Amino acid sequence: MGSITLEHVNKSFGEVEIIPDISLDIQNGEFVVFVGPSGCGKSTLLRLIAGLEDTTSGTIKLDGQDVTDAAPAKRGLAMVFQSYALYPHMSVRDNIAFPLKMAKLPQAEIDKKVDYAARTLNLGSYLDRRPRALSGGQRQRVAIGRAIVREPKAFLFDEPLSNLDAALRVNMRLEITELHQQLKTTMIYVTHDQVEAMTMADRIVVLNAGNVEQFGSPLDLYKKPANRFVAGFIGSPKMNFVDGPEATKHNAHSIGVRPEHFKLSTTEGAWRGTVKVAEQLGSDTFLHVETDGLGLFTVRTDGDQTFKHGDVVWLTPDPSRIYKFDAAGLAI
Amino acid sequence: MATKQTRALARTMMAPAVIVLFIWMIVPLVMTLWFSFQNYSLINPMMTGFAGWANYVYVIGDPSFTQALVNTLILVGGVLVITIVGGTFLALLLDQPIWGQGILRILVISPFFVMPPVAALIWKNGFMHPGYGMLGHLWKFFGLQPVDWFNQYPLFSVIVIVAWQWLPFATLILLTALQSLSEEQREAAEMDGANAANRFRYIILPHMARAITIVILIQTIFLLGIFAEIRVTTGGGPGYASTNIAFLVFRTGILSNDIGAGSAGGVVAVIIANIVAIFLMRAVGKNLDA
Repeated sequence: MGSITLEHVNKSFGEVEIIPDISLDIQNGEFVVFVGPSGCGKSTLLRLIAGLEDTTSGTIKLDGQDVTDAAPAKRGLAMVFQSYALYPHMSVRDNIAFPLKMAKLPQAEIDKKVDYAARTLNLGSYLDRRPRALSGGQRQRVAIGRAIVREPKAFLFDEPLSNLDAALRVNMRLEITELHQQLKTTMIYVTHDQVEAMTMADRIVVLNAGNVEQFGSPLDLYKKPANRFVAGFIGSPKMNFVDGPEATKHNAHSIGVRPEHFKLSTTEGAWRGTVKVAEQLGSDTFLHVETDGLGLFTVRTDGDQTFKHGDVVWLTPDPSRIYKFDAAGLAI
Repeated sequence: MATKQTRALARTMMAPAVIVLFIWMIVPLVMTLWFSFQNYSLINPMMTGFAGWANYVYVIGDPSFTQALVNTLILVGGVLVITIVGGTFLALLLDQPIWGQGILRILVISPFFVMPPVAALIWKNGFMHPGYGMLGHLWKFFGLQPVDWFNQYPLFSVIVIVAWQWLPFATLILLTALQSLSEEQREAAEMDGANAANRFRYIILPHMARAITIVILIQTIFLLGIFAEIRVTTGGGPGYASTNIAFLVFRTGILSNDIGAGSAGGVVAVIIANIVAIFLMRAVGKNLDA
């Protein structure tokens, strides 16, 4: 079991208010990702749930039980840190066994659980090594192993993949998602990478300046962003925004069009522009187009199209996929 | 990396310093060795010439030598225990966020800046004197007979004074080690259900092992040669109760004016220091391997 409820949680460090007021309801077994730009309070929120920081006001409930003032160890949660936080003087086996040893389990049971975790995470041949003899990905797995042996109510991940190289990150992303399918335990995952959020999450919490901008499934966020911030943050490359008279035509303060929702033509269209940079990825080509009077647009087109600097193109937004926002930035 | 040319240049440039250092080391050593095999007593200047092993037999055979050796080990061991246990405790306290941390740290470190004879005098007259020392007054306040520290517990008193001087050093090194422990590791241990005692035992103490090793090694080197504190307070007495090897060399060579025997004692002291060093490196040196 592991449902987590936050009710009007507030956190201030002295004068500085990091999290003004957050209420969230995380279901048992869900994979929830906290995503947002750096300094938005997502890590603080995770640490509040973990119990590593005290809330200034509000309540945190675990399975309906108030744990606001409970010590971290009493909450039955496991955390994977950004730096992995492995104990350098202990072997991999001792690292994984440490929480069990602290729980005073009999040695036979500890061995059984450690072996099981090692098999699940393919760590068998590394058990007697020290953490410094492991690669980044292996360390990450040990940190996850240390978390799963405790059979926690929920896993908390604090940007666990940010120290890995790009290829390994994709691998570990799959492994963690796979692990979630296997264990079906609640997981909360903090990241600033919206691709990680989109690919892994059942539901995403988009945070900005300590406020929840939107809480929903990845596709919800993509298709129906609640406001301009979410629209700009979710989706890669970023959504293009247009203010002023062009937006007024659509009865909005500003409008947004995703790079993939343009019709591209060399002869006619709504907006005229010149190609500045063409980024060719093979499967796609991203064009950075300087439009006449509307600013720089990013346009996604298929990889076979070849454009070069200075080419004149016409952009036509797909009318059914124009996002409209009012003066306060809320979606209309 | 270096080319042949830069290596040759480096050697040439370093040579003067190396040569000076070598002379500085070898001349006194050879002179001491030479004197230790000579009949050379200022009391009896007529008796000269080669003495063979007589000086060594005289120094090592004397019962005071055994006592001085034991005293040296007790002195070093006692100070090490007090400074490392106390230093760890103080470091843990100083690592807590408190008001006035900066001033407090300077206060804790300050005994290290007091030179040994001064520190010993402060303790001798300010604290441990049975007539007008602070401790004497304290004892009297509770209606007790003041303790004459340097006569009743001479070696213990010296240990207390030396430990007071070295406690800041240990605290400082251990505090630095403590501060280099990553916050995430502490938090991970906390999440793993380790209480404060277990965090100390399984996370903090292993992390500090290397710093403790360094404190032990450095302090041992200096503590083997403790002299000023003994000279100023007990004068090695009563009898030989607070005489260590270094002070025994002083007593034989300078107080008894027997340069030959004193030199022999000095050579023995060097050998003992090396034995202790080898023993220590075996015992704790493995902590230094990264």
